[in-house]
Amino acid sequence: MSSNAALTDLIIKMADDELVLGHRNSEWTGLGPVMEEDIAFSSMAQDKIGHAWALYRILHENLGGEDPDRFAFMRPESAFKCAHLVEMPNGGYDFSLIRHFLFDHAETVRYESLQDSSFEPFQLLSKKVKGELKYHTLHANAFIIQLSKASEEGYARMQTALNDTIALAAGIFEPSAAHEEELIAEKVYPGEKALYHRWLDRIYPVLVKASLNLPDMETITPVYGGRQGFHTTHLAPLLKEMGEVFNLDTEASW
Amino acid sequence: MSNESLDPRVNRLKLGDASAVIKVEEGENWNVYEVFHQEKRGAHHEHVGCVHAPDPQLALVFAKEQFARRKKCVNLWVVRSADILAFDVEDEDMFANNLEKNYRDASGFKVMEKINKFKQSK
Repeated sequence: MSSNAALTDLIIKMADDELVLGHRNSEWTGLGPVMEEDIAFSSMAQDKIGHAWALYRILHENLGGEDPDRFAFMRPESAFKCAHLVEMPNGGYDFSLIRHFLFDHAETVRYESLQDSSFEPFQLLSKKVKGELKYHTLHANAFIIQLSKASEEGYARMQTALNDTIALAAGIFEPSAAHEEELIAEKVYPGEKALYHRWLDRIYPVLVKASLNLPDMETITPVYGGRQGFHTTHLAPLLKEMGEVFNLDTEASW
Repeated sequence: MSNESLDPRVNRLKLGDASAVIKVEEGENWNVYEVFHQEKRGAHHEHVGCVHAPDPQLALVFAKEQFARRKKCVNLWVVRSADILAFDVEDEDMFANNLEKNYRDASGFKVMEKINKFKQSK
C-alpha cells in the first residue's frame, strides 16, 4: 500500500481541478449562448463539483483528511494544487469550450486508468463517474466539430482558442518528483507522462474531424506550477467568492 | 427595431423595417427537434418536448440534459419537427364521429361470461 502522503497529494490535485473548474464553468449559468446549452453546461459544472466532493470525501474517510466542506472552502490559496488551466477567467465561450474539451478528455483518461487502481476507493469512483464523463466528452466533441465546421469565423476562433489553451492544458500533467514514482510502483495510477500520451491519443482524432491543427507539442512549454501551490492572480478572487457564504459562519450546519 | 436580448435566436433575424420582407437564410436559425424519451428497454419512446439545435447530434446532446437528467431514461430519439407529417387543424372533423362508433371499442364486447362458462364446462 502506498503512503498516505503520496495518495493525498494526488487526490488534492484531482479534486482542486474539479472544484475550481466546476466553479468557473458555473459562472456561465444564465449567460450561456442558448437555453439548451446553458442547462447542459451548468449541469456538467455541477457534475465537476460532485467529483471534487467525492474525492474530498475519500481524503476524509480513508486518509484522515479534514471535513470536505472545510477543506474546500477554508484552505489558503497556496494549499490549492489545481492547474493554471482551471483558474483562468472565462473570457469568451470559445475558450471555455476548448478548455472543457481538453480538460474533460484529460479527466476521462485519468479516471479510466483508475479502474484497476490498487487503491480501492479510486476503482469505485472511476466506475461511478464513467457515464458522466462519456456525456461530457460527447458534448465537447460535438461542439468543437460543429463550431469548426460552421463558418470561417467559427473555425478561426476554435483554432485560436486551441492555440492559446494547449500549453495550459498540458500543465494538467505536471510531474511530481516527490510522489509519482511511488504511486506508479504501487499501481495506484500509471503516472502523469503515460496519461499525457493517452490524452493526446484521445483528442487528436476529434481535432482531425474538426480539421483543427494540434500545435506541435514539442515546441510548447507546458504551464506548470499549480501543483506546487503557485497560482495565477485569478485564483485568489475565485476562492474568496466561492467560500464567501461558507465563511460567513463556518460552524453553521447546512 | 433592435433587440438587446442575449439569446442569439432572438437577435438573429435583425428586425429592421417592419414592412420589409424578412428572409431567413439557410443556417441562420436553428432547427427545432422533437424529443422522445424511453424509460426502459423495450418500452415505447414517449414524446417529452423539444430542443433547438443546429444538427441532430447536438439535438441529442441537448436533449440528454434537458429531458433525461432527472427521470429514469435508457435512450432518447430526436426528430426534426419539420420532418413530422400531421393533419391540418381543419381536418379535425375526420375524427368527429368516433365517439358514436362505440361498437369499434374492444371493451364493448362482453365475452367474460362466455369464457367463464367455457372454463366451467371443461
